[in-house]
Amino acid sequence: MTETGFEPKIVAFVCNWCSYVGADIAGSMKLKYTPNVNLIRVMCSGRVDPEFIMEAFRGGADGVMVLGCHPGDCHYIEGNYNTLKRYSMLKPLLDQFNIEQDRLYLDWVSASEGEKFARVMDEMNDRITQLGPLNWDKVIDTRQGGEV
Amino acid sequence: MSDKPKIGIYWCSSCGGCEEAIVDLNETLLDVVAAVDIVFWPVAMDFKYEDVENLEDGELLASFINGAIRLSEQEEIAKLLRRKSQLVFAFGSCAIMGGIPGLANMTNREEVFTRVYKEMESNDNPENTVPQTEILVDGKYNLKLPEFFNSVYPLDQIIPVDYYIPGCAPSPDTIKDAFTAILEGKLPEKGTVLSPNKSMCDTCPRKETKPDKVEIEKFTRPHQYDKLDDGKCFLEAGIICMGPATRGGCGERCINANMPCRGCYGPSNNVKDQGLRMLSVLASIIKSDKEEEIAEVLATLPDLIGPLYMYGLPSSILFHKRIE
Amino acid sequence: MPDKHISIRPITRLEGHGNIEIFLDNEGNVERAFLQVPELRGFEKFSEGRPAEEMPRITPKICGVCPTAHHMASQKALDDLYNVNPPLPAKKIRELMYSAFMIEDHAIHFYFLGGPDFVVGPDAPKSERNILGVIDKVGLEAGKVVIKNRKQCREIITALGGRVIHPVSGLPGGVSKGIAEEDLEKFKQYTDEAVEFGQFTVQLFKDIVLKNEEYVKLITSDPYTHKTYYMGLVDENNHVNFYDGKIRVVNPEGKEFVKFDGRDYKKHISEHVEKWSYIKFPFLKNVGWKGFVDGQDSGVYRVAPLARLNASDGLATPLAQKEYEFMYETLGGKPVHHTLAFHWARVIELLYAAERLQELINDDDILNPDIRTIPDSIPNEGIGIVEAPRGVLIHDYATDEQGIMKKANLLVATVHNSAPIAMSIEKAAKGIIKNFQVNDGLLNMVEMAFRAYDPCLACATHSLPGNMPLRIKIFKSDHTVHDVIERM
Ligand code: SF4
Ligand code: SF4
Ligand code: SF4
Ligand code: FES
Repeated sequence: MTETGFEPKIVAFVCNWCSYVGADIAGSMKLKYTPNVNLIRVMCSGRVDPEFIMEAFRGGADGVMVLGCHPGDCHYIEGNYNTLKRYSMLKPLLDQFNIEQDRLYLDWVSASEGEKFARVMDEMNDRITQLGPLNWDKVIDTRQGGEV
Repeated sequence: MSDKPKIGIYWCSSCGGCEEAIVDLNETLLDVVAAVDIVFWPVAMDFKYEDVENLEDGELLASFINGAIRLSEQEEIAKLLRRKSQLVFAFGSCAIMGGIPGLANMTNREEVFTRVYKEMESNDNPENTVPQTEILVDGKYNLKLPEFFNSVYPLDQIIPVDYYIPGCAPSPDTIKDAFTAILEGKLPEKGTVLSPNKSMCDTCPRKETKPDKVEIEKFTRPHQYDKLDDGKCFLEAGIICMGPATRGGCGERCINANMPCRGCYGPSNNVKDQGLRMLSVLASIIKSDKEEEIAEVLATLPDLIGPLYMYGLPSSILFHKRIE
Repeated sequence: MPDKHISIRPITRLEGHGNIEIFLDNEGNVERAFLQVPELRGFEKFSEGRPAEEMPRITPKICGVCPTAHHMASQKALDDLYNVNPPLPAKKIRELMYSAFMIEDHAIHFYFLGGPDFVVGPDAPKSERNILGVIDKVGLEAGKVVIKNRKQCREIITALGGRVIHPVSGLPGGVSKGIAEEDLEKFKQYTDEAVEFGQFTVQLFKDIVLKNEEYVKLITSDPYTHKTYYMGLVDENNHVNFYDGKIRVVNPEGKEFVKFDGRDYKKHISEHVEKWSYIKFPFLKNVGWKGFVDGQDSGVYRVAPLARLNASDGLATPLAQKEYEFMYETLGGKPVHHTLAFHWARVIELLYAAERLQELINDDDILNPDIRTIPDSIPNEGIGIVEAPRGVLIHDYATDEQGIMKKANLLVATVHNSAPIAMSIEKAAKGIIKNFQVNDGLLNMVEMAFRAYDPCLACATHSLPGNMPLRIKIFKSDHTVHDVIERM
């Protein structure tokens, strides 16, 4: 909780083979981390379409994370490299839409990195708390009345 | 009045090109005119607002509406036509996706007004006059203007739409096929886009040269490339061509002029967001796995909106630039 | 306080392209008339951030009736932006495409829109005052010729530009496509026919209009006369040129007022803003904005066919030049101030465009594949100017070093004429509405004043069968409707 009372809504797409296990480990280690993140399990970070990410933002997420296997460790060989490239392209796109690049975060978390998992969750939460609400859906609709 | 089915053609925020496209049908237009009563078509014949209001609800078999929705009046008329029509066809890229005027969703009303009326270098406007929706000129002449919205909307965000006729403007064949389907009662299920559900690349004359795996080390902009006419797939040269994310059926018109596709036919059925799909395709052809190198490649692509969302920003997931 | 308010609403009122509001005084005479343009899309603003080379694909969407004009002005602005000179064959291809466009655009206006008033007659029943009425009068064969030539010109544009509605082939430094060898013979045939068609059209105008005293009276009558400045592009011989040249302005006496490089347009043109219209009102900066008035002291100027002929010393092709001379002889020398003579000037220009097209298609260079220079300099600012069918068209771009648009200013042809159009309407209304006498003939008279300019804001009126429906609403001072007159 911050002074402003802003609790970020964060969506994290996590790869089934590594990061998701990392989350489990973090849980079993009883590591405390922010409850503000909704985890969505995917078979591979490479399955996270840019459409999913942007829909999460449109749907009200203040931040979006993608967590996958370390480079070279992807079960589908190239999945996470593709993720990296898309992510690199989405950043300037966000920029153009006046959305801070930091609201999108990509990292590699292996099955054994429970602590890292908890840490990146908290760090993301801090970053987004700093940035404040996205409010992208609040595009001012002047269709009902209003002055020129 | 005959008992031929009645249809209407209307334009919203439109350039008039969609109307020209109908006129370009030439002989086919005469067949259409013979089979139906066009009860209104402002571009071509007499039509009064009241005439439409006086129709029974559903009295029109179909309305064809082109242009996006930007002004209050357009919204009102679109709603009126919806009530009076059994079927509504969104005609052309603007009505379906917002079209090129939809790029205005990267800005808003205030910015447009400031630029056009206050800042423009050629203006002589010392008092920063800006048009008003209601104004009393010289204290006695009462004049009104319709309201200018903050965003451009595709038609189906304003009223339910039954069919879509894509293109900027739709090609003569696309229009002909649509009219034939209507006249012969062979319309597919509602919600259909009336152009083949294939990607542009499937029918592109350059597809033979599209390598199985494209790999590029930089993006090239069309004006920088001296071999536009070599007949090879544009993507291979690192030129953005929207073919992979675009529905076929236009006759590859731009490609025939040695220019890449910009996606006016919109996405095919399996593509949810044309621009983001294209972004995925482009990302996958970058030949590098290293963050810094990827960044270097991307530096050769200074604007993503123009190439990826030239026609479809208002209908995309992104819809409108964030306003703080 | 005027107690009557007349609202002439072209159908375009409904989607917002143009409407006319007339206010009467207590005696029932016209006090003020306004032409409002309730339309704005903001191209200048949303171009910002886009790659400059996409501008020839973006800006045609300003108007689907004259997309080729925007496409052309835009690629010329890019030439200037990148400081690149296209090879001569590229320029010829562009001008060829442009000439074909001028023919079809002027033809559609004359036959479908403005012409019916004359060919069929201003008093003819409305149901006949359209292209079908024209065909009735000139014969089906002639009607077919019109449609055929329009189609052929559009075929040439499609072959070069990919699409006729919104062509795509323009680039900084040239064009992406030239003429295919296998099309050449066919296109030569088309251009020969276009020249015949041009001659036929001019003759038709003369036969029908000049042989009818009533029409001549109408053209030269006071309600349709405005003494303004005139502006047009001219070549080094002061001949009209649609594709390139310098901007020349003549004063209401016909004397050269100024001739300048289009790049300096901001030194000579300013735009005035009113609260009651989305369209701006340009004027000559060095004369000044004096309101909606004509004469030497008012900066109001006109563009489009008659203005071009007034601002030039002639036309570069023989047949058209002869007609040019004949027009000025007939109407009493230069400049001609009669708004309705825009129609005459338009058909003469059609003939010029056809002759120019013929010259270009027979040029030795026309199959030369050297149609592009690849730009290699760092972009900064660029201005491109052409004559659109409806007048001078200016595209002015500024970019960053990567060629990303920072600013755009687009002075569209019809905008130059916005003040004169408003004035013409007011004058026609004043000349015709007296003592609350409002009738159908009036509607058409006002409409004719409007139509002579072929204003793009009434793109509405560009197509089949070309009648702009009008309605006059008379309001009492308490804004209740007193009477409604509709022209059927
Ligand atoms: S879809 Fe294209 S042709 Fe149709 S109105 Fe829009 S810009 Fe014009
Ligand atoms: S990417 Fe473009 S050029 Fe290549 S095959 Fe597809 S449509 Fe054709
Ligand atoms: S090639 Fe692409 S942009 Fe060009 S007309 Fe076809 S769909 Fe539209
Ligand atoms: S399987 Fe984990 S990123 Fe591909």
